[in-house]
Parts: sequence; structure tokens; C-alpha cells
Amino acid sequence: MQSVLASLADGSRTVFQRFIFGDSPQPLSPWLELAYSLAIIAVPITGLVALIGMIAIWGERKVAGHIQSRPGPNRVGPFGLFQSIADGIKLILKEDLIPRQADRPLFRMAPYLAFAPVFAAFVALPFGPEMTFEPRLNAGVFFILAVLSVEVMGVILAGWASNNKWSVYGAMREACQMVSYEIPLGLSIIVAVMAAGTLNMVQLGLLQGGGLHTWLIFRNPFTFLAFILFFVASLASNKRAPFDLPESESELVAGFHTEYSGMRFAFFFFAEYAAMFVVGAVAAALFLGAWHDPFGLLGYYHQRFTAQGALGGLVAVNLIGAAIFTAKASLIVFVQMWLRWTLPRPRIDQVLYACVKVLLPMACVVMLGAAVWQLFVAEPVGIPWAPAPVGYEPFSLAGYRAAGWTASLVAQIILSAVGVGLFLAVCGWVMYAALHARRVRPRLFEPSPIADKRQEIAGA
Amino acid sequence: MSSEAVLFYAFGGLAAASAVVVVASRNIVRMAVALLFALGGVAGLYFLLAAEFLAAVQLVIYAGGTLILIVFGVMLTSKSPFTRLQPRPIEVGIALGIGTLLLAVLVSGILLADCAGAFASEPLPADQGYPMQTLGQALLGDFLLPFELVSVLLLVVMIGAAYLAKARRRPE
Repeated sequence: MQSVLASLADGSRTVFQRFIFGDSPQPLSPWLELAYSLAIIAVPITGLVALIGMIAIWGERKVAGHIQSRPGPNRVGPFGLFQSIADGIKLILKEDLIPRQADRPLFRMAPYLAFAPVFAAFVALPFGPEMTFEPRLNAGVFFILAVLSVEVMGVILAGWASNNKWSVYGAMREACQMVSYEIPLGLSIIVAVMAAGTLNMVQLGLLQGGGLHTWLIFRNPFTFLAFILFFVASLASNKRAPFDLPESESELVAGFHTEYSGMRFAFFFFAEYAAMFVVGAVAAALFLGAWHDPFGLLGYYHQRFTAQGALGGLVAVNLIGAAIFTAKASLIVFVQMWLRWTLPRPRIDQVLYACVKVLLPMACVVMLGAAVWQLFVAEPVGIPWAPAPVGYEPFSLAGYRAAGWTASLVAQIILSAVGVGLFLAVCGWVMYAALHARRVRPRLFEPSPIADKRQEIAGA
Repeated sequence: MSSEAVLFYAFGGLAAASAVVVVASRNIVRMAVALLFALGGVAGLYFLLAAEFLAAVQLVIYAGGTLILIVFGVMLTSKSPFTRLQPRPIEVGIALGIGTLLLAVLVSGILLADCAGAFASEPLPADQGYPMQTLGQALLGDFLLPFELVSVLLLVVMIGAAYLAKARRRPE
């Protein structure tokens, strides 16, 4: 926040601030600065979180439906798109129940405590090279981890304040799970950070601008493994299936939000889906090349427009980048949904076993391996396409050979081939499944099952 | 008043008010929640000083670790849903004594310190903040022992939470 304020005061504005306010170095008045900073952060994020929540809940139900060979929501609007709006209206109109024996202030506060940290995490997400709320947050990755770790507090309080056995069990499971899975999550993030050498989300993105092989997931074999570990650990810390024990509906009614209704319940849902998106976005930014396309075009044009000072071009690069970034994060969210409707739920002791005895040793080995790899294999340093002192040419074989990065390049190419192969295989698999699935689509347009009954009644 | 000052008073006020609630409240879980806001306020102050790393550490260690361990310990060890603390007069006296002593040390320290010298050093370039590499090397090099000692903190918190929750049942 300091730097947002400082950047406004000293006139060195980001591209978007320059686009809005022009280039005049005249500082704004302090209250206007404050209002601007709060508004520019709060308004888009609120909109974004609400939009993500609504689309993701609709998507989740649609994905669930198709996986279970049924249409999913299809009555309200085209493809049931307005189902979330209808649900939202229902939730707003519902009575806000508070159990008589609950700890009232804590019960009321808990949904906001679960929601606010996720909201704060959006501040650090890099949607484009200049399109981030706080580009100079040097500890960006760590900041996101930190605020997401506060989110558990809301869940624990919800369970505790409800004064209900199921809720307390849910809350305790969440606390166990979160405290233990944070460690492999952090270790797998460290592997990517070690390869990149920065914690700043925007710089992490810029480093991956030279095409597929410069993405951090393909940087060395250990970042590849670290991505898988990160994904598994993020499922658990997001309490997504198969690690959704805090709200396992078959044992604990609804876990920590059993006693919640109306808008307070909705806040938990918004928090969950926004956290899914944040985790997907972190995966995209740390491993999957952030806002860059696989061919390095955006990275190239970004450097070129920066050198030329072409403001319009930069805005275009940022907008396209934001679309790509959102698509990558949404892909991760889709995989999370897909897993939820495919995998059964383990017991809580199995969940903790998987963390402490499987994931944690693996994460330690991967981290050690990444450190050793970096000792012996020289990796490309600098920002692809950038001018000489900090940058390098990502597609120049001679340049790689001159800098002594040949071994790293071979690893990058092999890993990229493996990664693309896996991705295409999974896509083919999904396509095959979709083509051979029981046909659900025609039933979308059939009349309501009770239509003939209605006519019967009307006739009689 | 500059916008930094507005935010400074907001975060400082939040931290101070929540700290009072931590001391005044009798319910452990409510104390933990008030502590969350106090720690959040201090983290906000760190952000205001452009020390994002310290602020994130504050959130991870205290809000994400210590507090959850406290609440977790209370949940595991207490039977009543809303654990109440009934401090004895001696305990109040000891706490008051230590608190006053600490306040005296802090105030005298602040009054005696030569702040002018501290701020005279070269400010960091605005677009970089401090480099993470330097920080990491300092933590794992020159200051390794203090860094390792601090990690005992979480253990202390766990024991403390278990003790607090157990102490309630002593008079029975």
C-alpha cells in the first residue's frame, strides 16, 4: 500500500495510473490518494470475487452434472447461466439464523474472517506485466501464503462459535489439515522461487516470458515435480475434495458451516471459490508462465512496446495477458472441480498420513534436489527478450551455448515435450470420454418432466 | 495530515484497542480473535513501513500459526464450549507488575533512543524496496542462531495453550 501511495505522490505511475490520470507529475491530495488507493483496490476485487464466485458455482454444478450423466442447472437462463443469480437472491432473502447457544459475536464475525483474507490475496495477483494492484510487493508470493493462512481462523471460529459437535469436528479437521499441508505447500513454492530468484509476482511472470521452455514448471525436473506437489497440497489447504473433510457432508452434516444460513453461508462459498481461483492463479504465476502465451509473443511485444514507450500497445498486451492468465487459473479451477466429482474422500487419519509421511518427505527431497541441480547446472538468468544487461534471447541456440546453458536447455526441451505430451494425452482422454459419454445434451431441450401432468390437471 | 498518517492512526488504533480487549476479555477464544486483530494491526503498520516481508512473517507466524495453535489447544483440551478464565488476585498482581515494568522499559527506551541517527541513513530506492537475497542471506548467515531460537516459539505457544485450558479445571 505504501508503494501505491508513494507512486501516486512521486509521479512515477504504473501504466494504468498513467492511462487514467495522464503523465502530470503533480501529486494528488492525501485524502484523494487514500480514496483512490482504496477504491482502485476494493471496487475491482469485490466485483471480481463476486463474478468468480457466481461463474465458478455455476461451473461446478455443470461439471458435476456432466460427470454424473445429467444436465446440471438448465432452467434459469441459457444453459442455466442465471442459476447463480437466482440462488443469490434466494440467499439474500433467507432468514439469518443464529443458534441460541452460539457465541453470537464470533458467529457473526466468522464468515467475514474467512472471506477477507482471500479478498486481500487478490492484491498481489499479476494479471499482466503492469496489470496488478500492487506491482512492487516484493514478498508477493509469501504475502499470498500469509493471508491465505489467516483464512483458517474464520473456519475454526465458525465451527467453534456454532456450539455444535459437527461444526467443531469440521473446524478441528480444518485446523489439522491446514497446519500440516501448509508445509509441503510452502516447500513446493520455495522450489519455484529458488529457480526464479524472486518473490515478486510480477518479476516471476516476466522471467517466464520467452515461450514454453522458459516457464518455471519446465525449468528443471524438480520444479516439474514441485508443481504436482503444489497442486495436491493446495487442494488440501483449500479444503477441496478429496481433502474436503472439514465439510464432509456424509459424516458431519455440513461441517463448519452446518449452522449457517443466508448471506453468511454465501460468504463461505464466495471465500471457497475465490480461494480456488487464487490458488489456480498462484499455480499459473509460479509455474505455468503467468500471463504469457506458449510462444513468447506477449513477452516479446511487452519488451518492444516498453522500449518504444507505446502506451496503447502496452495496454493491449496487458489485456490479452489478463485473459490468458485468467484462462490458466480457470483451467486449474476446472481440474479441482473434476477431481472433486471423481475421487472418493479418505479418512482424516489417511489425509494426515498422506501429508506427513508422503507429501512432506517428497517435498523435502524435491527441494534438496532443486538446490543441488542449481549448484551443478547453469540455468538461464534474466528476463527473456529484455535489453542486454538483464535479458537474453530465449530462442537463440548460440546464445545459450555461449552462456553455458546447454544442459539446462536440453532439460527444458525434454520437460516441455513431456509436459505438452501429458497435456495433450489428458485432453484426448477427456475428448474421448466426452464423445462416448451417455448423451445428456438432448435432454436439455426436452419439456419439463411434469409438463404432461400439468396438462392433465388443466384438462381435468 | 498525509494519507500515511491516516493509515498509521487507523492501524495503530486497531492494534491498541484489540490489545485492550485481549487483556480485558475472560473468554480464551474471544481473546484469540482480539489478538488476531491486534496482530493484523501491527502487520498493517509493517506494510505502511514498506516492510512487506516482515508483515507477511507476522501474519504467517502469529496469525496463521500461533493463534491457530492456541485455539486448537483450547478445543482439544477443554470440555466446556466457552472456556472462561478466572484469574486469582495474585495472578492479576503479577501480570500488572510485569506489564508496568515492560511499559516502563519500552517508554524509556523510546525516549532515550537517538531516532534522528536511525533515519539519517540512505533510504532504499523506491522502486525496489529491500532485496530479498540480502534478507535471506542475513537470516541464514549472520543471524542463524536467533532465527533458529525463534522457531521454538510455536512449541511454547502449544504448551501455553494446553496449560491455560487445563488450569481452568484445577479448583474442581
